[in-house]
Amino acid sequence: MWYLCVFYHRLLDYRKPEVESLAQLFGVTSSNSLEWKLPKHHHSDSPFHFVNLPSEQIAQNVANRSILVKGIFELWGEGSSSEELEESIKNYPDERKLPYLTSDSTFKIAVETFGKVISFEEQNKRIQSLSYIPFKGRVSLKNPNHTFWLIETDDYDSNNGLPPIAGRRIFFGREIGAADRKLLPTYQLKSRNFLGPTAMDAEMAFLMANQAQAKAGRLVYDPFVGTGSILVAAAHYGAITMGADIDIRVVRDGRGPDCNVWSNFKQYGLPMPIALLRADNNLPPWRLGLKEVFDAIVCDPPYGVRAGGRKSGGRKLLKGVIGPYTVPDDKRTGHIPSTAPYSLVECVHDLLDLAAKMLVLGGRLVYFYPVVREDESIDTTFPEHPCFKLVATSEQMLSYRYSRVLLTMVKIGPYTEEIALAARIKHLEFKENHLKWLEEGNLHSAVFSPADNHLKQAGDTKISKESKARYRGKYV
Amino acid sequence: MRLLTHNMLSSNIKGVANGFPLKIEVVTVVEKEVEFNIEFLKKMFSKVEWKALAEASRTMGYTELPENADASMLDSDDFLHKFHHALLELHLEEGALVCPETGRKFPVNKGVPNMLLHEDEV
Repeated sequence: MWYLCVFYHRLLDYRKPEVESLAQLFGVTSSNSLEWKLPKHHHSDSPFHFVNLPSEQIAQNVANRSILVKGIFELWGEGSSSEELEESIKNYPDERKLPYLTSDSTFKIAVETFGKVISFEEQNKRIQSLSYIPFKGRVSLKNPNHTFWLIETDDYDSNNGLPPIAGRRIFFGREIGAADRKLLPTYQLKSRNFLGPTAMDAEMAFLMANQAQAKAGRLVYDPFVGTGSILVAAAHYGAITMGADIDIRVVRDGRGPDCNVWSNFKQYGLPMPIALLRADNNLPPWRLGLKEVFDAIVCDPPYGVRAGGRKSGGRKLLKGVIGPYTVPDDKRTGHIPSTAPYSLVECVHDLLDLAAKMLVLGGRLVYFYPVVREDESIDTTFPEHPCFKLVATSEQMLSYRYSRVLLTMVKIGPYTEEIALAARIKHLEFKENHLKWLEEGNLHSAVFSPADNHLKQAGDTKISKESKARYRGKYV
Repeated sequence: MRLLTHNMLSSNIKGVANGFPLKIEVVTVVEKEVEFNIEFLKKMFSKVEWKALAEASRTMGYTELPENADASMLDSDDFLHKFHHALLELHLEEGALVCPETGRKFPVNKGVPNMLLHEDEV
């Protein structure tokens, strides 16, 4: 059945993938797959979409668990004027309407606008004008059985960062479900005891947990766990969590007994991670026979913009030609190994190899991938792997020239001998040509070098940039 | 560190052919309650190396696990609870994991195993 899906007007790229991944979690399969449709004259960045889902139960589950769905509605009518709306509601079959209008039920009507503001009196007037709908129940504003929404948009073109919509549109529908955004203030970072410089903000962490389809009984792993901000969201949905980090100060010590990764879970009454360990993603400590154990791997890899990646083997790599560094035997206990910078390419290679090896079939790898923006668009080649299918890419612009893209990959094939061999060869190549990869895969310099150099190199791109329309949907 | 983690780890020092299972050196063991989830246990049963788990649980002072186990035992509630306790509730707070081949010790402090290698082990 087709439903009206109204989104919050933020993180535009993340909205549809979230609904799609939750729909799959709640039982939509490839045979009854979901479909999207836009209202007439609407731009794809519009908050209004129509979505086809197999059942009201699924629609409700999806909406209630989502972060970006303002509401999923059974649409009773729509039109470009109140007359058209009335006509359309009257034509909607009675057997769909009457069960929700009975005298023993309570209801409320909410008025919502997009791209304009209407006064309280005006809102009341709109509600009064719906008198042609035979409401028999009592009004209850606090806890109604049924909530109806009257939603209006005006016509405007691409101003104020709003998507272009031509033509006024009014929708009326019955609410099936809506996001519980109250959990965001509960989990917001400023309330959290233990924070690091790159802690993932709550909204994004929950979006990642939804992309990963975290739920009770599933094992979710974060190889760059840091202060645990992503796993907190996964644990909220009941997943069993596990994290590793190369920095022992973060993963073991924190800032005292009630200010560490464990306390971040205790604070919210969530079950603690089943394991935290200090390990290097470049040399993972998993046993050979261990395969396909994680249901999801979710992480924000260190790209070197805010926090640089580190891997084992610092002095050896730097002094490689002179001869490897040996730790004297009497200094072995409590020795703190030096680390070397970890290039983005190598980091992503290791992550994909780990995920290919250790995710269950159908398991999901969800991670951020940084991109340098050129000429208002991004380079669309993302990492690929024979074991994975890329199912969602959601861009979040961080600055004029730099974005991060949340990639969701689903494991579709087994980790074969050939893939393992290719990965081993690549691993050695990275090791031998460490400096070369470090330079090539250095996003830091691309982000922090003066932008002028880029424009000079590109010549005429400067002109085209200025003449571009000012629509900034993705900044939202 | 729980025994589930122990069952997943091995010594990855360069040149070590079989770094599994790591021997456990116990200083402090604590018990931490974990919610009982049958689905999760059944899933993990097929991934766990049973002998290593039984051996490790004995080292930690828990002797209730049988020497051998097969999937048919998952129907027994009693077995599931013992498996749950050994896998998830026994927690090595302080101690070390010892590489079976080289004897190198990976310290476990505050429940966190430090699996990072030294420069000359990479």
